[in-house]
Formats: sequence, C-alpha cells, structure tokens
Amino acid sequence: MRIRTLTALAFAACITGGVSLRAVGDDQSFAKIERGRYLAVAGDCSACHTVPGGKPFAGGAALETPFGALVGPNITPDVATGIGAWSEADFLRAMSEGIGKNGTRLYPAMPYPAYTKVTRDDASAIWAYLRTLEPVGNAVQSNQLLFPFNARRPATATWDLINFKPGVFEPDPAKSETWNRGAYLVEGLGHCGTCHTPKNITGGDRGDMVLQGALLQNWYAPDVTTDLRTGIGSWAVEEIVRYLKTGANSFDIASGPMAEAVENSTSHMTDADLLAIATYLKDSPPRNGPAVAALAGNDRRMVAGQAIYEDRCAACHVSSGAGAPTLFPRLAKAPLIQSDDPTSLIRVVLIGSRAGATAAAPTAPAMPAFGWNLNDAEVADVLTYIRNAWGNAAAPIQPASVATLRDRLQR
Amino acid sequence: MTRKLPATDVVIIGLGWTGSILAHELTGAGLNVVAIERGPWRDTATDFPPAFAQDELRYHIRHDLFLRPAQQTMTFRNNVNQTALPIRAWQGFMPGNGVGGGGLHWNAQTWRFNPTDFQLKTHLTQRYGSKFLPENMTIQDWGVTYDEIEPYYDKFEYLCGTSGKAGNLNGQKQAGGNPFEGPRSREYPTPPQRQPYAAVLFAQAAKELGYFPFPQPSGNLSQAYTNPLGVTLGACTFCGFCEWFGCGNYSKASPQTTILPALIRQPNFEARTNCEVVRINLDKSGKRATGVTYIDTSDQEWEQPADLVLLCAFQLFNVQLLLTSGIGKPYNPSRNEGVIGRNYSYQVTSNVDAFFDDKNFNPFISSGSIGMCIDEFNGDNFDHGPHGFVGGGYMGAVQTGGRPILTTRTPPGTPAWGAQWKKAVADNYLSSYETMVHASSYSYRDVYCDLDPTYTDRLGRKLMRITFDFHENELKMSQYLTDRLAEVVQKMGPRQIVKLPRTGPYTSTQYQTTHTCGGAVMGTDRSISAVNRYLQSWDVPNLFVMGATAFPQNAGYNPTDTVCALAYWAADAIVNQYLKNPGPLVQT
Repeated sequence: MRIRTLTALAFAACITGGVSLRAVGDDQSFAKIERGRYLAVAGDCSACHTVPGGKPFAGGAALETPFGALVGPNITPDVATGIGAWSEADFLRAMSEGIGKNGTRLYPAMPYPAYTKVTRDDASAIWAYLRTLEPVGNAVQSNQLLFPFNARRPATATWDLINFKPGVFEPDPAKSETWNRGAYLVEGLGHCGTCHTPKNITGGDRGDMVLQGALLQNWYAPDVTTDLRTGIGSWAVEEIVRYLKTGANSFDIASGPMAEAVENSTSHMTDADLLAIATYLKDSPPRNGPAVAALAGNDRRMVAGQAIYEDRCAACHVSSGAGAPTLFPRLAKAPLIQSDDPTSLIRVVLIGSRAGATAAAPTAPAMPAFGWNLNDAEVADVLTYIRNAWGNAAAPIQPASVATLRDRLQR
Repeated sequence: MTRKLPATDVVIIGLGWTGSILAHELTGAGLNVVAIERGPWRDTATDFPPAFAQDELRYHIRHDLFLRPAQQTMTFRNNVNQTALPIRAWQGFMPGNGVGGGGLHWNAQTWRFNPTDFQLKTHLTQRYGSKFLPENMTIQDWGVTYDEIEPYYDKFEYLCGTSGKAGNLNGQKQAGGNPFEGPRSREYPTPPQRQPYAAVLFAQAAKELGYFPFPQPSGNLSQAYTNPLGVTLGACTFCGFCEWFGCGNYSKASPQTTILPALIRQPNFEARTNCEVVRINLDKSGKRATGVTYIDTSDQEWEQPADLVLLCAFQLFNVQLLLTSGIGKPYNPSRNEGVIGRNYSYQVTSNVDAFFDDKNFNPFISSGSIGMCIDEFNGDNFDHGPHGFVGGGYMGAVQTGGRPILTTRTPPGTPAWGAQWKKAVADNYLSSYETMVHASSYSYRDVYCDLDPTYTDRLGRKLMRITFDFHENELKMSQYLTDRLAEVVQKMGPRQIVKLPRTGPYTSTQYQTTHTCGGAVMGTDRSISAVNRYLQSWDVPNLFVMGATAFPQNAGYNPTDTVCALAYWAADAIVNQYLKNPGPLVQT
C-alpha cells in the first residue's frame, strides 16, 4: 500500500515537473525518479527512516544498539526538519563518506560502510526520488546514544579509522554480470552485512566473518554463507529467490526483522536482482565452522526434549521435523535451528513470532508463545532436542541462556 | 447524535464466510468496501493458538466465541397459541460472534445439496402428485439450478481445500464417492481424511447391506494445501476440537485460514469490529438503501452511507435486521402473505448410540467432519411413495470432534451423576460410538419469524420471535431414517444399541444444530420470496441478502457449502451484471 502511494507521489511530482519548463535536465525525468524509488526500496531505506504506519521517510523507530539508541532521521525535503536544505552533493557525500551537510559525521547505523559502494549514478537517482517526497515537518532526535558515544565527532572519526574503507564497488571481471550485480546489491545498497556480519568490539563489521551471522535486538540474523549445516549451502538458487520474493520457501519462513526486510524490500525487487543476489550468495565461501557432533539420543536432555516436542510442537512441525512448506518451518537439517547463537530459537519459543506476509504468500502463520507454560529447563531441553534430532547437530541450550533472554525480553 | 461518515461504495454487515467472500470479490473489482462486524477481530495466532485452543470449558461450556444473549437474543415458542419467551442462554443453536462468524466455530462438513433439492416443489409434485405433500407445507423451488451454481460450489471448495472423494465427475459415477451427488466438474482439491476405526466398521456393515458408503467431505484437511489466493492450510492433526472452537493448526477452513490474509492486504478494504449495525437506512421512496447506522462499544451512533448494502450476518440476524429496518413485507401466517420471516426451517437430526464389548474406538482421535456416510436415504434418492413422508438425510458414523466433557456416553439406566455414572463413563468411553442422521427440515405455513410484541433488546428494538415446531412429516421421516441407520449399526456387532429418533416438540434448550434457515428466501415469484435468484432484494435493489436466510427449506445436508456457493454466485452477478447497470437484475 505504501509503495503504491510512493509511486503515485513520484508520478504526481513527475507530472508537475513536466508542466513547468524547468523539467529538462534537473533530475525530474520519470525514469530516473522511478529508478531511484526502486533503489530506495532495494536499499530498504524505510526500515530506519519510516515509522510503521507513519509518513514515508519522515523519521523512523529507534534502533537499539549496544551503545544506546539511534533514530533514523527525517529525510523528506522538509527544510526545517528534513533534508530540504541539502544539495545533491551533500547527499552523495553522506552516502559515500558518511559525512552529512556542514561536515557532520554520521553514525554508522546509517550503513555508509556499505553505501560507499553504491555508484554515483544510483545515489543520484535515489536523491532525485527523495526530492519528490512530500515534505513532512517532523523533528527527529536522532542521536540518543550513551556517553561517551553521544559525543559525535571523536567517536565517529575514530570508528571510521578502524572500520571504514570508502570506495565504489569494483566489479570482478572474472565473474559473470549476474554475480557482480549480486555482489553490488549484497555488499552495497542491500547492506546485508549490517545485520548478518558479526561485529567487532566497536560495532564495525568483522572482515574475516562476512555474513556468518550476528546478534541484534534480541534476534540472531543467521549465517548466510554456503555452510551446509548453519548456512544456506543446502538451498538451491531458486529457493533463495523464492524466500526473498515471497518470504517463504520449502525450508523456512521469514519472521522478525527479516520479515520486515522481505515485506518492505526484497519482495518488491525484480526477479533478475534476486537471482543476482542468490547467485552471489551461493558462490560465497562457507563459514567452515568447527565440526559439531549431535548429542546422543539417550542424553537426558534429548529424552526430556523429545517428550515436550511430541506434546507441544509436533502438531505443526510434525514428528519428523519436516514442518509444512510456507506454513510451518522445517526443523530437520534447518540452518537456523543449528545456529551457533540460539537467541532467535529461544526467543520464538518464549514469546512466539509471526511470519511475514507478502502478496505471493499472504498466510502470515504464527508460532505461539510457550514462555507462560514451559520453564527455562523445559525450553532448553526441547530446543536441545530439535538442535540434535533428525540429522541436526548443535550445542545444547543451557537453562541459564533461556533465563537471561526471558529477563531481557520482559524488560 | 448520529455522526455521519464519508460514503463508501459497499457496506457489508457481518464479516463471516459470506461477508469475507463478498468483500474479497468486490475489492477485487475495485470497489471500496467497509465491513461492519458486531464482534471482535479474531485471528488464529492471537485468539486460539494451539497452546491453549483445546479448552472445552472455555470454548464449549462457557461459549467464548459466541454472542452474549445480553447483547442480542430472540424469543421462542412452538406455535401461535403460545406466548414466546426470550432465549436467555444459548442451548438449541449457537450464534457466532466476531470476525469469521459461524465459519470459525463450524465443523467444516462441506456438502453440496442434491440437484433435485433446488427444484424441490416441482420435482416432488411431478413424482408424487401435489396431494402427496402435507397441506400446510410451503416448500418451493429456489430459482437457481444445481448446474448453475456448480462452478461456485467448486470455487468455494477450492478456496477451502476440501478433502473428499467425488462420486460423480461430469456425469461419470466414481467408485468410493457418493453415487447420489450431482455432477462435479472436477475432483475434490484434497483426498479424504483418514478414517477412524468406527467409521471403517460402519462402512463395512453398510456395504454388506448393499449401500455405497463414502467419506464425509471435510474442511479439516487431509494434507497441506495452498489455495488460489496463495493462503496455505496445514494438515489436520485429529485433535478433536472443531465444533465451537477455532482451529489453532491452520487446518480447518475458515475465513481466517482461507481468505482474510489476502483480503486484509487490499488497500480498498476496511473492517470495523465491535460495531453493531442497528438498521439499514432507506431513502424517502423506501426503494433504495442509503447505507447503514451502527453503534460502537460506547453506544455512539454512526451513519455509514454506501451505494450498495450487503447483508451478510447470521441467518437469524439478517431476518431481524430486515424486519426492524422495514424492508419487505413482514410475513403474516394467518393471511399467508408477506415474505420477511416466511419459510423458517431448521434441520432434523437423530442418533443411534452403540455400545460394544470388544472394541476400542479411541474417540479422542477426531476432526469435526470425519466419518463414513451413506446417502441412500437423502432427498428424493429413494421412493417415498410407500412411506407417506417427503425429505431425507445422510447418515453415518460421523464424529464432530472428540471433546472429552461431551464424550461421556452411558447406556440407558445409568444414573446421571455419582460413582456409578463415573464407572459407566470409564467402562464405555473407548468402546461406545454415536452414529447420526442429518436430515431435511421442510417449510410450513405456521413456522416463521416476526417481531415479538413484548420483549425488546438493550436498544429498545423489538426482539425477533421464532415460531417453530417439528411437523408430522419430519417426525415420520426421522423415525424411518433412524431405523435404517440402526440396521447398519446393528451389523457392526454391538452389545446394545439405543435408537434416538427426533421426537417433538422442538426444544430450544437441547443442542441439535445451528442450521437455522430461511426467513428471506430466494425465488422467482416475489409474492413468496424476499430476494430474487441473485439474492437481491425485490424491494430494495441495492441490497443483497446472503446466507441460509435464502433457503426456501433446508435439505438433508449441512448448509455452509451451499451458503458460500450462493455468495460467490451473487458476487458474480453483482460484479458482472449489477455494477454495469445498477438496478433490479430480474424484472417483474
């Protein structure tokens, strides 16, 4: 619905532009604005810059980081509270260098370490599109970080020195055009690593662990390397495309922040771009984590976990862990189930979760909450069981981990 | 003071099966649709997840999903010589409440009516002569034929993913299905559910007697299914909590599991829940609806103007709203005139209980629509000439759930409580079985709905009054059908059987079914029907009335498949005929 409104706005702006004689050569061509709109969707700008249900790009919800909260600012053309006073050069610099108007250094929650790879042409199209938005007066207090991180300049300058390598994406001539398009989208505009790449102590990407899975906001963004156990090594290219297009495939259904990414961004991308992303991901090296042996079936936790599983889980996920495609996620040989970090698993058992919905897969099934009738040890046991049954292998869950997350989720 | 809202294209009263179907079809045609629903929004994930959905006390005994009589009820009496009294607790039938309506708490028994059911009066008169029918029976033809609505049955069944086995594909009889059914254009979307032990035994016994048993068509799915709207349902787990419950496993077809996920994505759709429509507004001519007036939970009145009004509430409330809005001529039984409230009908159910010594039926393994049936004694599938009655029903070893509190059958003579009762329940729980007959209820001149002269609701509106009793024709039918069923059950080898044919008078204090029908029936003659063959009001052409309200009499099958087929049939007529040329679709 929102996308449709944006198209309408862009279109209306285009018509207005067409009526005035200024139109030619001042970024008001429909093709450019439309391309900018598409790129803004592909970059999922609205994830941070739009409050759910709010005016498009007039400021977002708070992003919780270990250093405090950051709020996506208003990027509509409002002069007082948005970026109406910015020039295109200001915008291009923000995208490529992380430096805003008047030299203000941006916090890297704005993924300029990824956006620096976006071509000048693409960034310019996004700018042209943003200029067509309805200007919305909405003052956003973006920096809600804790001391000392709230002292903008020293913090970000130091951070950039450690973590930021500016520069446009360089295609690899040895690879196909599709691969390079995928790399450009994944590493650049799509900024997949913002969630999926583990962070160092300063919050910067760990270059040695690209897309190997990371924790944020009490969700674990899983390993999306080609690792067979914890990554997407067993997913065919078509399955990855289907997941990004519809939010569901034969293995899994997007929920949590990825459901939002699918709903707002990837489900609106062209099949060619999704194929490019999948091609690139499938060509990435596997994580090659340490081999893990499954717990023995007669382990006390496995026995207890299986009993709970049969009573509480098997109705939907079925006894073999096969689930039902696009409705109940598969647990057997499922990457997320075998993740090193079980945060998402514990989370959905404790408080439930609702899958995303797209036009192609509108069901939006939900996992019910069991935190009210399973204690910490029971949650740990049932998760230990599903992580080590049906060919799965992963470290057992400790009741203390459940207790910790339960506490965090209740706060 | 009533606050007036901006006009919309379509207002829908009630967001159950028919409201959801119409809303989806009309938003798809580009119209702005506002649905106004008396009860709350209901959603699988938040309202009945499997973590607590199977709670018989909450949902069955305490009526969690149902309308509260304090909000709305009706009065009841058996005949015109009695004074009707208000129904203060739902017992005989269960009006749903909230989004999904009856489609949420139904068993999902998904039957088509027989071709002859739609031309009942003509057919029976031709076969048996007009003198064969009881004098005050007021059955009539529907104005549509089976062949005309077959595509819409098909559409609904493919929306739901109905599990079953066809008995007649394009005129070719199919082994294993119901040989008496009308021709289907294709096979069921999913195969039949697996059958429990008692149903298998019943089918064996029926075969030995020369009958053709077949699996009951079921909206509790045998396997996962993705419908044409892209919505996915899962396989039924036989948990046994269907009737009066929402399904937490996404495996019972309901508006929630088949249509609402697609509907709520439509930008031109809006639902207003916890809002009760109190009347349909008419212009000065009385021939055009201008919209509806409803109240919210603060009793604030709102007027929603609309070009098209679709009355999609439960049958009883459709009739009530027509009566209180002054649309159509109220039925007067003494003069046999008027159409609103005319031809109310119900369903005639009966049972045969069987107690065995050597069987274990595991009755907790069940869905809401499982079992093996025979259709030899339905409709006019058998010669009624020697029997002196018309009508019939399907019968079989059919389970409607496995609720533990309700599944406490004891042999006759067992005390109703205490240690002996407990022992009898324990002794017979696994080894007894209830079989049933589900039969027609034809219409009569003295069975109808009107406004009660005495009792009013919380808003001061007159309650609707139901005047209903079983007639001799139906009681004879019930006796005959129950005897036939008992013969099959006897062949299963029980220690004891208990025949429970339906006997009069009808009581609203014993649950039978929620299949109340009629009151604003469809037809081709406006002196005896309230709506035309497209469910369009004869009197107010921009009003369409959905639901079993339109049934001129009830057949020996569960009504939902026909209710929803008619909704698709009407939606097609609205989109492809009415919108192009708004006005009466049938000239008189």
